[in-house]
Amino acid sequence: MLKVRLIPCLDVKDGRVVKGVQFVDLVDAGDPVEAAKAYDAAGADELCFLDITASVEARGILFDVVRRTAEACFMPLTVGGGVRTVDDIRKLLLAGADKVSINTAAVANPEFVREAAEKFGSQCIVVAIDAKKVSASGEPESWEIFTHGGRKATGLDAVAFARQVAELGAGELLVTSMDRDGTKGGYDLALVRAISGAVSVPVIASGGVGNLDHLVAGIRDGHASAVLAASIFHFGTHSISEAKQHMAAAGLRVRLDPTTAPVATAG
Amino acid sequence: MNVAIVDYGSGNLHSAAKAFERAAREAGLNETITVTADPARVAAADRIVLPGVGAFADCRRGLDAVPGMVEALTRSVREGGRPFLGICVGMQLMATRGLEHVTSEGLDWIPGDVKAIAPNDPALKIPHMGWNNLRQHRPHPLLDGISTGDDGLHAYFVHSFALEAKEPADVVATVDYGGAVTALVAKDNMAGTQFHPEKSQALGLKLIANFLRWRP
Repeated sequence: MLKVRLIPCLDVKDGRVVKGVQFVDLVDAGDPVEAAKAYDAAGADELCFLDITASVEARGILFDVVRRTAEACFMPLTVGGGVRTVDDIRKLLLAGADKVSINTAAVANPEFVREAAEKFGSQCIVVAIDAKKVSASGEPESWEIFTHGGRKATGLDAVAFARQVAELGAGELLVTSMDRDGTKGGYDLALVRAISGAVSVPVIASGGVGNLDHLVAGIRDGHASAVLAASIFHFGTHSISEAKQHMAAAGLRVRLDPTTAPVATAG
Repeated sequence: MNVAIVDYGSGNLHSAAKAFERAAREAGLNETITVTADPARVAAADRIVLPGVGAFADCRRGLDAVPGMVEALTRSVREGGRPFLGICVGMQLMATRGLEHVTSEGLDWIPGDVKAIAPNDPALKIPHMGWNNLRQHRPHPLLDGISTGDDGLHAYFVHSFALEAKEPADVVATVDYGGAVTALVAKDNMAGTQFHPEKSQALGLKLIANFLRWRP
């Protein structure tokens, strides 16, 4: 039986984890590779790096981070952020990423998704969809795609866009509610459910996780195949294994293989 | 002992090599792992690994584009009896034909076709992506010490096509994804996994160590 996936996500800037990972005694809490190893040992189902490096020059550091992670972690790794060209994708895959996530470039030119999927295979092309609710209360719910961290409206309907990029060859969709991101109020379940129901590819729910029930809801009510979270793990609020136990207790099918995790130290 | 991981332009093999190195180290085996596009080195290797990601036809083209590679593989594996492991599309290439987008010839080592997965439950997503349990149909040295079944370890899959073997005896393990999907095939000195052992944490490292010890 296929299990639902739990994916911790690390924001990386100039080769460093943006907020540091505090859930376990790491030699260097700001080193994404150290954090990745800890999540690997803790039984995370996949890892996600979101690169928010602004300068083009510093991109080289990311490739090194990806390479060192892939050498040490024998689990799937998705890398996104600033992916604009086929060459960007090629470099990340050659560095050791298993999947590459495309965001703004897919919005600007959906054909880029087709080009990428034809070149590298759908299995490694994730389209990251950042959406905000635009319907007024009482209206049928609708969401619009936003770029630039939620600042720039595009006029594109999120569900229609999801359907379009899935048809163009995206192998997976990472759906983030920009309304919920950072709020700890839980996923926008209606958004995740609307997109999951519209496409045949797996959907990852993202944005807004504040507690373990939110992870459960993302699968059960959002119909996602995987749930992504960042801060609840980085700040030691919860461990990967606590999250999985909680999801299992709620009746979800999760992978609970024995891990090599050191005992997590909170705080 | 030399293990050759065949490089024919199908993605990053560096992390796969690292997984084989770690599995060898943990198992106390002294193996030299080489990523190579040189048919002579493949022919000289004691064990051969054929990875592969992307589409069947692209991988077949990539393999054919390395002069002498298919011949070296055929000689070493089919005539020389060297232990062989195909991974993902590398495993699919062992089939007679691939039917992904276009029909292309496989190596025809495991009779059967590679076809689109068609789960009997329309709610199941394609690709089949994530961690799934193995259902073992017969014993095989590659699964020694690996617990299978509903309470067993998980393997990481990401694929939309799967090998439908003609001979049931060639199928060592399947996974349930709206019906049985081939996960591990084996015949004589050849084996192939649809899942990615190099991405499958505990199960993967154990299976790789088993392959490195395998004396078919």
